[in-house]
Amino acid sequence: MSVKFLSRAVLPLGASLAFLLGGCSKEASPDIVIGEVASLSGGTAAWGKAQNDGVKMAVEEINAAGGLLGKKVKLLTEDDQSKDGEAATVTKKLVSRDNVVAVIGEIASKKSLEMAPICQKAGIPMISPGSTNPKVTEIGDNIFRVCFIDPFQGTVMAKFALSKGWKTMAVITDVKQDYSVGLTQFFKEYYTKNGGTLAVEQSFSTGDKDFKAQLTAIKAAGVNAIFVPGYYAEVGLIAAQARELGIDVPMCGGDGWDDASLIKVAGKAVEGCFFSNHFSTEDSSEAIQGFVKKYAAARGGEKPSTFVALGYDSANLLFHAIKTAGTTDGKAVRDVLAATKDFPAITGVITLDAQRNATKSAVILTIKDGQFVYVETVKP
Amino acid sequence: MEQFAQQLLNGLFLGSIYALIALGYTMVYGVLRFINFAHGDVFMLGAFSGLYLNRWLGPMMAGLHWSISLTVIMLLSMAICAALGILIEFLAYRPLRNRPRLNVLITAIGVSLLIEYTGQHPAVFGATQQSFPALIPANNIALTSNLAVTNTQMIVFVTVIMLLVALRYIVMKTRMGLAMRALSLNPTASALMGVNNSVVISFTFGLGSALAAAGGILYASLYPSVEPFMGIIPGLKAFIAAVLGGIGNIPGAALGGLIIGVTETLVGGYSSVVGLPTGYKDGVAFVILILILLFKPSGLLGKTEREKV
Repeated sequence: MSVKFLSRAVLPLGASLAFLLGGCSKEASPDIVIGEVASLSGGTAAWGKAQNDGVKMAVEEINAAGGLLGKKVKLLTEDDQSKDGEAATVTKKLVSRDNVVAVIGEIASKKSLEMAPICQKAGIPMISPGSTNPKVTEIGDNIFRVCFIDPFQGTVMAKFALSKGWKTMAVITDVKQDYSVGLTQFFKEYYTKNGGTLAVEQSFSTGDKDFKAQLTAIKAAGVNAIFVPGYYAEVGLIAAQARELGIDVPMCGGDGWDDASLIKVAGKAVEGCFFSNHFSTEDSSEAIQGFVKKYAAARGGEKPSTFVALGYDSANLLFHAIKTAGTTDGKAVRDVLAATKDFPAITGVITLDAQRNATKSAVILTIKDGQFVYVETVKP
Repeated sequence: MEQFAQQLLNGLFLGSIYALIALGYTMVYGVLRFINFAHGDVFMLGAFSGLYLNRWLGPMMAGLHWSISLTVIMLLSMAICAALGILIEFLAYRPLRNRPRLNVLITAIGVSLLIEYTGQHPAVFGATQQSFPALIPANNIALTSNLAVTNTQMIVFVTVIMLLVALRYIVMKTRMGLAMRALSLNPTASALMGVNNSVVISFTFGLGSALAAAGGILYASLYPSVEPFMGIIPGLKAFIAAVLGGIGNIPGAALGGLIIGVTETLVGGYSSVVGLPTGYKDGVAFVILILILLFKPSGLLGKTEREKV
């Protein structure tokens, strides 16, 4: 009886009590804990992995160099599965349970827009490596990014299209992504004001596989080029299917194209197409070449994608701010971040403007013989 | 006019794949009266087994004509998925056979999620899209200057027709088909007549999964990017196609698939003319489902069954 009683009542009670106590003891961790939200699985998994690679690299380097403020940096990475709503859930977890001092993430603007209000409310600085939609940093003064924004990117591509002599274009937008909708809007503004005509505007949703209906309508309109401001997974299929339908005009897009799988899926279909990006591995600058070599050495000769570099830059900017502030206090770090000027990063010298956006140049890349090839740099 | 013809062709090819997946739903429903929601995931597994088989066997078959290697890969994937389908039925559904149908339905959703998320694990398939090899060498056939089909589309269409005919033969002309129909009509009576219900049910799952595998490879040949979640939307559309045609009815599933494919493409191509965003093309399939359930709950070719009280 007593044994039974023990095992039935006392043991679980003791266990839950221990659990409760364990859960309560939330005193300062000996490390500086940084949160990261990345899409390690799902539709944009390639980017999440790239971002995570870059951030991890920066963390390893700073720890090898003795850490920050005399403490080790500990990185907690959460996967948002590229799913709607998931980024908010994991950010809440990082902020309220893990007590992170800052959050790095996400690439997709939609995910960053989910995370930003939570970080803002908690007074924790958040740095997005690659969300280019302007709305992200408008959420509040704790939200930063190390990349340019879509009004700039859209204008760059519109100017480029006009300079190529493409007078009539079609656009096909991913209506499920704030990034794509925003980029279309800014592209259209500049393009139509400066003599271009958008003959057809079509749309699709993230995850679609069949674009023949929209492309057939685009073909009937007879355009000089097509603007595809989507993410790599869909862009590859769009390009392949366009060629199957006999559409042979060039296509162009934004940094959403950046991933090697674009070429794997689309093959020859994207040859001679153009997209804007944050940096090119072909850039001869010392910072970029040094980074490319370092990454290749660690990754068996692989070239870093843009989002590896941006993840690396975000983490280093954050470390710099913590070091300068001399504390991990959210407000102090935020103030230092907001005053960032001429920070030497891999993807360019970062100066944050009053809206906490980085003013940086964009590069235009083309696809030639299955490789991303540098075309030109466009200054802000 | 040519644009319209092109849209119809686009829809027809898409619809033929929906039809193929819809058959799996309809057969399982016909025999067991339950919706196997993991069917879309078997479709995904079919595409992945095609991918890996091609990786392993491709070098060995390098000298052969592509049609031979395509047939070998397709038959092997169908066999693998048939085995998986039988296994899923054995492990997940058989223990629940005499329980309320709702239990099995919810288990099916669980199995579906299990397969999807296991597939995302880096040790299995990984979460990123992988490009599917061109098992059929790409070749555009320009019918007129504005009307184009690819030979992939033609081959997909012909394969679907062949599989449909084969299925029709199995169900209508073989002893196993007779047993399936008997089981569908009345499981107790068929058991009393000496039909081994368990074997027939396993066979049905195997056959449906083999069709799903073929659908997966054909789909991946048309849209050469595969990932663990690729089965969800085609699976849902095919389910609607099966309901539209009259669930449990094999020609109905094929007809439903074609209707869904063509409607979806036409809505996608012409929605901007009437001022609807293209995104509505997915919704249309579901609107059709609601209308069918409201006005002809048994589906286009389904028979109304009266429950005896």
